[in-house]
Amino acid sequence: MAKHRAELLVNLVIALALPAAALTAWALGESFYVSLVSRVAILALAGVGLNLALGYGGMVSFGHAAFFGLGAYAAGIFAFHAFDGTPVISWPIQIMGAASMPVGWLAAIVVAGLAALAIGAISLRTSGVYFIMITLAFAQMLYYLAVSIPTYGGADGLILYLRSGFPGLDSSDDLTFFALCYALLMLAIFITWRIAGSRFGMALRGASRNEERLAAVGISPYPIKLVAFCISAMITAVAGALFAELVGFVSPTLMAWKMSGEILIFVILGGVGRLYAPIIGAAIFILLETLIGGITDRWQFVLGLVLLGVVLFARGGVMGALTGRARHV
Amino acid sequence: MSAALIIEQVLNGFQLGVMLFLMAAGLTLAFGVMGLINLAHGSLYMTGAFVCAWVANATGSFWTGLALGLLASAAAGAIIEILVMRRLYDRDHLDQVLATFSLILIFAEGAHWLFGSRPLYLNIPDLLDGAIALPGGGGYPVYRLAVIGVGLVVAIGLFLLITRTRLGMRIRAGESDREMIGALGVNIRTLYTLVFALGAMLAGLAGVLVGASQSVQVGMGEPVLILAFVVIVIGGIGSIKGALVASVLVGLVDTLGRAFAPSLLALALPVQAAASVGASVASILIYLLMAVVLAFRPQGLFPTHG
Amino acid sequence: MHFTKRLIGLMTGSVLLAGMAASAAQAQDDPVKIGMITTLSGGGSSLGIDIRDGFMLAVNANDGKLGGKDVDVLIEDDSRRPDKANQIADKFIQRDEVDILTGIVWSNLALAVVPKAVRDGVFYVSPNAGPSELAGRMCHENYFNVAYQNDNQHEAMGEGFNAEGFESAFLLAPNYPAGRDAIAGFKRFYEGEIAGEIFTQLGQQDYAAEIAAIRASDADSVFIFLPGGMGIAFVKQYDQAQLGLPLRGPGFSFSQDVLPAMGEAALGARNAAQWSPDLDNPANQEFVAAFEQAYGRLPSVYASQAYDAAHLIGSALEQASPDDADAFRAALEEADFDSVRGDFEFGSNHHPIQDFYLREVVEVDGVYTNRIDRKVFDDHQDAYVDECSM
Repeated sequence: MAKHRAELLVNLVIALALPAAALTAWALGESFYVSLVSRVAILALAGVGLNLALGYGGMVSFGHAAFFGLGAYAAGIFAFHAFDGTPVISWPIQIMGAASMPVGWLAAIVVAGLAALAIGAISLRTSGVYFIMITLAFAQMLYYLAVSIPTYGGADGLILYLRSGFPGLDSSDDLTFFALCYALLMLAIFITWRIAGSRFGMALRGASRNEERLAAVGISPYPIKLVAFCISAMITAVAGALFAELVGFVSPTLMAWKMSGEILIFVILGGVGRLYAPIIGAAIFILLETLIGGITDRWQFVLGLVLLGVVLFARGGVMGALTGRARHV
Repeated sequence: MSAALIIEQVLNGFQLGVMLFLMAAGLTLAFGVMGLINLAHGSLYMTGAFVCAWVANATGSFWTGLALGLLASAAAGAIIEILVMRRLYDRDHLDQVLATFSLILIFAEGAHWLFGSRPLYLNIPDLLDGAIALPGGGGYPVYRLAVIGVGLVVAIGLFLLITRTRLGMRIRAGESDREMIGALGVNIRTLYTLVFALGAMLAGLAGVLVGASQSVQVGMGEPVLILAFVVIVIGGIGSIKGALVASVLVGLVDTLGRAFAPSLLALALPVQAAASVGASVASILIYLLMAVVLAFRPQGLFPTHG
Repeated sequence: MHFTKRLIGLMTGSVLLAGMAASAAQAQDDPVKIGMITTLSGGGSSLGIDIRDGFMLAVNANDGKLGGKDVDVLIEDDSRRPDKANQIADKFIQRDEVDILTGIVWSNLALAVVPKAVRDGVFYVSPNAGPSELAGRMCHENYFNVAYQNDNQHEAMGEGFNAEGFESAFLLAPNYPAGRDAIAGFKRFYEGEIAGEIFTQLGQQDYAAEIAAIRASDADSVFIFLPGGMGIAFVKQYDQAQLGLPLRGPGFSFSQDVLPAMGEAALGARNAAQWSPDLDNPANQEFVAAFEQAYGRLPSVYASQAYDAAHLIGSALEQASPDDADAFRAALEEADFDSVRGDFEFGSNHHPIQDFYLREVVEVDGVYTNRIDRKVFDDHQDAYVDECSM
């Protein structure tokens, strides 16, 4: 029970650390650091998405960058057409572009959900190391498509001239934008928590541990995993849509395999299957990148050593070190 | 579209396939024997190419470079097996993915450090320079034929090693039952180091062969690594035979797709659009191939127990 | 590098602070902050390193001053990732309050950074990337490209094909925007037939299929736009296949950063660029000698552009401070500096109007480099200037 309370405390600290950091930076007039904290929140959100598949469903997806990128493109394309005054699609029904964040998020969710359904349907027929490599290969396929198809800029990417609006709020204000990202992050964590505690969540964990036993009680693991995979992809896609609004730019590199690796790192660094872990993971990653990157061009070397050290000697990630081994995985 | 062109493109596809086999063999061995997924395999490929290029420039001899390149990649393989991989065998694949991902970063920046940021010079040996005539006109580079030859020799060598030697017997035993082989008194640590170093050396060999006709630069291992993944997934992870068949299949599909997709599309589309769309289609053909294979055979063409 | 500079800057700053009561006078003497975002790690870093070295050569030669003013150059690695370049730009602009940004190698990174940066009132001086958008409809008064518009070298090559009398060209470029622009730029001036054109996958390394297609065509010449490792791989395989057709490309395909890796396979290849190490003018001779002395290697075209970028900034700083944006902009527009390219002026869209040369890869004392064969364009301007509303 003490362990449980420790985790609650750590979670609370993590949850409050982000707004505290953002407000401090804002009070000091350092708008760069406000957007840096927004970046952490967004990447953490991508990690929360992956964590649902990975931490609760045992699906090691090495292709979540595809959903991150698809989400970014979905939001970007809607904003692009709004600026252009042209429809996104004109057949079978006409859908006009819209420079509105909720529309972008919805588009991201729909597109990523459909993509995850297709990718998941094939990939989930396999398991273990096959699943890792197949998700990687599918993401790579989407990356090459994004690079080579000229309509939305290809490798050059797509510029969003203005940040899309949010009804009733000034989304171009850095602090307001952070608040939006943070709210979505907390919402996603809440959703994950609800799923984990539901009958569906129990079945999902059962599927990740012992498929045969689950099948024996009359539950087929495949549809459960597929649904979880799709929800996971949708959350990561919303992160992608926010990322597009943050940087004002979408490009295929968001789908590159290194991005998939980084989203995995956020989760593992924090602690697989822990609700709040992706926030710690993303924060540490961004901190390392910013700090070491300011000191040496060889920052990737140092980053590699740090990550290797974490895997070899600090199993369970930071959360594991703070509160003991995870209960799920 | 002449017969000579088709023959030439088939040879090209075969050569790419053989190259992929050298990469895939090490990956699939590491998985089959140790249950290890190694993302850093591309870094070993790069190691072979860099050391060979560096030595060849210093000594003026490609062959010395080749020998030391193979040695260096085998040594690098043995070292990372002892320092890192050994701790990962009983971990889940997730830890292996992250650890070997870290190794990629370390190797890439390490190579920058040691060899500088400009691509290195490495050319094919004079002995293999030149082209031979193909039936139906046109010439084919001797070097590419030599690469096909080397790949086939390695493939045969591997089969003999695994089916006919004591080491091979242990590898097969290790694949089917890890505890049993320990009980038989085989030093399993040495066996694993050897297997990993062997895979690393094959990757280094691929790096040298490819480096001589492509470019020796940081990051050269990453695209080929992903192709090799596609290969072993199609072939069935852990199966050497599967790796060989799938390598050739992927090599042929990729090359013939690039060669003929645009002109096939040109029958239906304007030439300009066909060139562009054809290139896009060609770039995803092997992934589609993989999807189709897995839809019917989720464990690949030659499933193993893994 | 910039740490010592920062430290010196900091020390000078504190001395000034102690010595002077009037803070207004101190503001006058603050160093001008220049943020350099470039690729220093991973693939393509040799280009970024040449840009950094070319730029810093000019700064260091003047004891850390440009145009008589102290400059503080902050340098960060973008790893060739647009989102990272964007993040660094935010940091430079919002936290460090730089006056000028520069350094980006790649067009896709420039497009991720430049439009937002110039809107924030920062000046951007491009030492390389020149995407058509920024030369045309998205041109901006604070954006200056000191290198070229991306199509220029391809256009010059198209004209070069005419000059060499080729009538049936085979074209090869990667399937991405810069590749399609390259082919379009080439065709804008080339008058002969097209024997075939292939778009390859970005980053492709094996060109056997494409070389076979070239062999099967009735081309009399080959034009490639394959930057970096792609070009090295192609040129070696092309040489091994012994096709014997003349190989041509833009200057980036045969630049000093890739020539050593291509070796003798590149000998005789001709390529178009606005600069060459043997270009005969005093500024260039000084530059090439100083670069070799400082870094022990020949400068690439990228280094030459960055060196020019530094001198352009210096020439403007001599006349005005970036704080007075209008005066500084006017000073940049004048481009009153000794370019290593000789003649240099800006068109109305802040892109260069300059000469282009056909160069040939030769071996001089065991080193592979370029020599000028002939001039192809006199005072050439880009095709997008009319789309720019400035």
